[in-house]
Amino acid sequence: MNSQARIPAVEIDDDFRSRAHKALGDPQLRSNFRSAMDSLMTKRAVAFADPDEREQLRALGNAVRARALSKLPDLLETLERNLTRNGVKVHWAETVEQANGIVQSIIDAHGAKQVIKGKSMVSEEMEMNHALEARGIECLESDMGEYIVQLDHEKPSHIIMPAIHKNAGQVASLFHDKLGVEYTKDVDQLIQIGRRVLRQKFLEADIGVSGVNFAVAETGTLLLVENEGNGRMSTTVPPVHIAVTGIEKVVENLRDVVPLLSLLTRSALGIPITTYVNMISGPRQPDERDGPQEVHLVLLDNGRSQAFADGELRQTLNCIRCGACMNHCPVYTRVGGHTYGEVYPGPIGKIITPHMVGLAKVPDHPSASSLCGACGEVCPVKIPIPALLRRLREENVKAPDSPHPVMRGQGSKYSRKERLIWNAWATLNRHPVLYKAFSFFATRLRHLAPKHVGPWTQNHSAPKPAARSLHDMAREHLAQQGGRP
Amino acid sequence: MSELFYNAVPNATRVAPPIPQPRQYPASKPARVYLFGTCVVDLFYPEAGMDAIRLLEREGIRVDFPQGQSCCGQPAYTSGYTDQARTVARAQLALLAGDQPVVVPSGSCAGMLRQHYADLFKDEPETLEQVQALAERTFELAEFLLHVCKVQLKDNGQPVKVALHTSCSARREMNTHLHGRALLAQLTNVERVEHSHESECCGFGGTFSVRMPDISGAMVADKTHNLKASGAHQVLSADCGCLMNINGALEKQRETLRGQHLATFLWQRSGGGR
Amino acid sequence: MSAKQNILAKLRNSLAGTTPIVDNFDEGLVTRPWTYPQGERIAQLRKLMEAVHTEIHLTTDAAWPALLAQLLRDRQLPNLLIAPGTAHGQRISEHWQHQADLPALKAYDRPVEAWKAELFNDTAASLTSTLGAIAATGSLILWPTREEPRLMSLVPPVHFALLKASEIHDNFYQVQRQFNWAGGMPTNALLVSGPSKTADIEQVLAYGAHGPKDLVVLILEDQ
Repeated sequence: MNSQARIPAVEIDDDFRSRAHKALGDPQLRSNFRSAMDSLMTKRAVAFADPDEREQLRALGNAVRARALSKLPDLLETLERNLTRNGVKVHWAETVEQANGIVQSIIDAHGAKQVIKGKSMVSEEMEMNHALEARGIECLESDMGEYIVQLDHEKPSHIIMPAIHKNAGQVASLFHDKLGVEYTKDVDQLIQIGRRVLRQKFLEADIGVSGVNFAVAETGTLLLVENEGNGRMSTTVPPVHIAVTGIEKVVENLRDVVPLLSLLTRSALGIPITTYVNMISGPRQPDERDGPQEVHLVLLDNGRSQAFADGELRQTLNCIRCGACMNHCPVYTRVGGHTYGEVYPGPIGKIITPHMVGLAKVPDHPSASSLCGACGEVCPVKIPIPALLRRLREENVKAPDSPHPVMRGQGSKYSRKERLIWNAWATLNRHPVLYKAFSFFATRLRHLAPKHVGPWTQNHSAPKPAARSLHDMAREHLAQQGGRP
Repeated sequence: MSELFYNAVPNATRVAPPIPQPRQYPASKPARVYLFGTCVVDLFYPEAGMDAIRLLEREGIRVDFPQGQSCCGQPAYTSGYTDQARTVARAQLALLAGDQPVVVPSGSCAGMLRQHYADLFKDEPETLEQVQALAERTFELAEFLLHVCKVQLKDNGQPVKVALHTSCSARREMNTHLHGRALLAQLTNVERVEHSHESECCGFGGTFSVRMPDISGAMVADKTHNLKASGAHQVLSADCGCLMNINGALEKQRETLRGQHLATFLWQRSGGGR
Repeated sequence: MSAKQNILAKLRNSLAGTTPIVDNFDEGLVTRPWTYPQGERIAQLRKLMEAVHTEIHLTTDAAWPALLAQLLRDRQLPNLLIAPGTAHGQRISEHWQHQADLPALKAYDRPVEAWKAELFNDTAASLTSTLGAIAATGSLILWPTREEPRLMSLVPPVHFALLKASEIHDNFYQVQRQFNWAGGMPTNALLVSGPSKTADIEQVLAYGAHGPKDLVVLILEDQ
């Protein structure tokens, strides 16, 4: 697979706003996402038909995740101990560089040349495919959606459905161009083509890489969910299995996965369970006939400990990566996943990415939201996403040299001018005399209101204050009533 | 709820607040209420504020309008300028002292008072107590008319189709959409029609509409399109931020359809004069 | 300091002065809505599994080998992978002796490395037992063993599974608790809830992505 750079459908500029602008003007993108998100929202609603059951289950999911986070270091040690007892090798990485180094050393130890991947967003954080290809190692995605975007030299645009931005015609053209098969838009045929190509790769791969949905400390078990079977293939056929995951993915007990599994599949896809739930607790035993001889787990920090350090921001780590937040987000629906320019798009992307790459790299992330709250309403583990976005905005506008910084890149949107404006606004609004004077002039001099008020008039006619303020009218009215003004 | 939540050790791992129970309303109408007008109503839709006063007075309630009031602080709060928001919020608190109910003709501002003031004052236990007491006696206008005044509105108007747009925070924090629907259902000649993606954001989001005008513009374009396509003759909203956004867009599109504040509509339909 | 030490130190530092959250797991919530009268479990399982294209047959302990033979003939499958060392494997071997015209039997009786290409390219179907099933989600429970290794239920395009009606349980929580999964997990435990599928292209559901295209469940009503 050659990794020649190619211009993807949405150009990756440095600026969120220019990417958004391009995406908004792309009717195919708008249409693909609108219908996909509508479909996913409907499916979720049907799967959670009983509102009481839904809310109680969300509360339980939140409690299970919070409990795990409240004990995270101990649970990580328990997990490591039990995995090690089970014969799994556990590695720790603070940065993606370290994680890639660990993977490379396993590859070197085995002289591996071909890697097959199940699905892993953490491996996207690591840019694993790129790191391996740079050293001449083939690293092929086997999840159909990931395979499609890899073939097109793109990044995934959704964490559950990576190729959601493409329609069947676009996939048909892609397969025809890149694989040399006859052009067909028939989805069954396209899937069979992918199955055929990848089946051989499962056979040949030296190493299989996967993510982890839940890591159970109590039993030393890695739990993976999927519908296609490529995850089981990748974690069973090759002689070596490397699982990569974030440090926050631990749960305390095996029974804790029961509500989380139900929340995950119903929130993500509106289904009671995925085709396969794959629970791995060790490599092939001496008397067994298949399964990997070696199983490794790489635990990656990459900024999660920064989120963890703050009690409020720690809630970001409840996430079970279901994608419901982006499915319900009016911003994501209109700009698509690539606009965010990072691994995780949508609402979860906006609150986790600043910890991973620093606020300075994604300064617009916290503001790319109307705070409508649709995401927080559907989050299966009750992450208060709008509150966290607001909190990130607060961190973003602090002076960069503020003491006790909570986040890397804090103050990346600091603006002395804007701070002065809000100070003036506060002064105006806390002094009734000043406020009254302001509203007097705003109303009496309304004919002088400008016709173009910056960005507002891009989409609206110029706002014109009323002839008299409510303060004024109310005072007069209540005086007539004999009420207290 | 906020007590457990905010008095915990600051770096404690948080559990989500318990599932809110349906709100308990006072058994009878109070004699007096404060009206917290909100800054947008004050400057752009004062008639809606007056209609709110009239609706309340018709129920036999005396309305107090503290002249010192200004803004709930939400614009600064959502922009991350928390200190500035707190300064302004503190000033409003002082004006709304006592135990008189506070009625707000805006779901998002009512939500600010009820839900977010506790976050602003979480580090000031005494003020926090005051804030929690205020939250208990703060009502959005439609909610107050429906559940406290238990209004029975008579419809004196001609048949009309209306669409109701509810602000996101009003919907999610105050259930305002349900209260608005119930009040409209009392008006026999009013047919409420649903519009496509009714619960989706109109794109206002306060400063979002000026910080991200492209995305906001796409959202209000879809919202106005859906409102027009619904067949409604009249658009209603209990929130003036959304109204400014929707009406401003409709006007720029040179459409004749406009939005009106729910209070104004209810007052006019139920025969109130000016 | 190692990466592990650095990470754990940061996390512990962040939790200084806090106490862990109490475990108040609401068992009822994950069991009550997902409990069925015994007579309804098969129906509940069928409803969910058939909705995702699983083929289900009700049969008996005496009748299933003949049924399986018929299903293989109907599909014109050239061979069947079995575990000859198991009781049900032996039943098949015996039944096959008295019949002509049946697909050749293959045995997963050596490590996969010895015959990987044949498993992948020339094995049309497999038969495995199950540990039971979960009615609430429409899922078969498989704990692969030496005789019935992991790939047996994954690689061949058609997977036949034997399920005893008495081993259809209500929900995953109950299964874990009743069989004390937490007391010791096998190297691999699986829940299989249908044939392989994907909706990655335009949300259109397609079956047979990488795992089996067909899952056929033979429910032994009298077992």
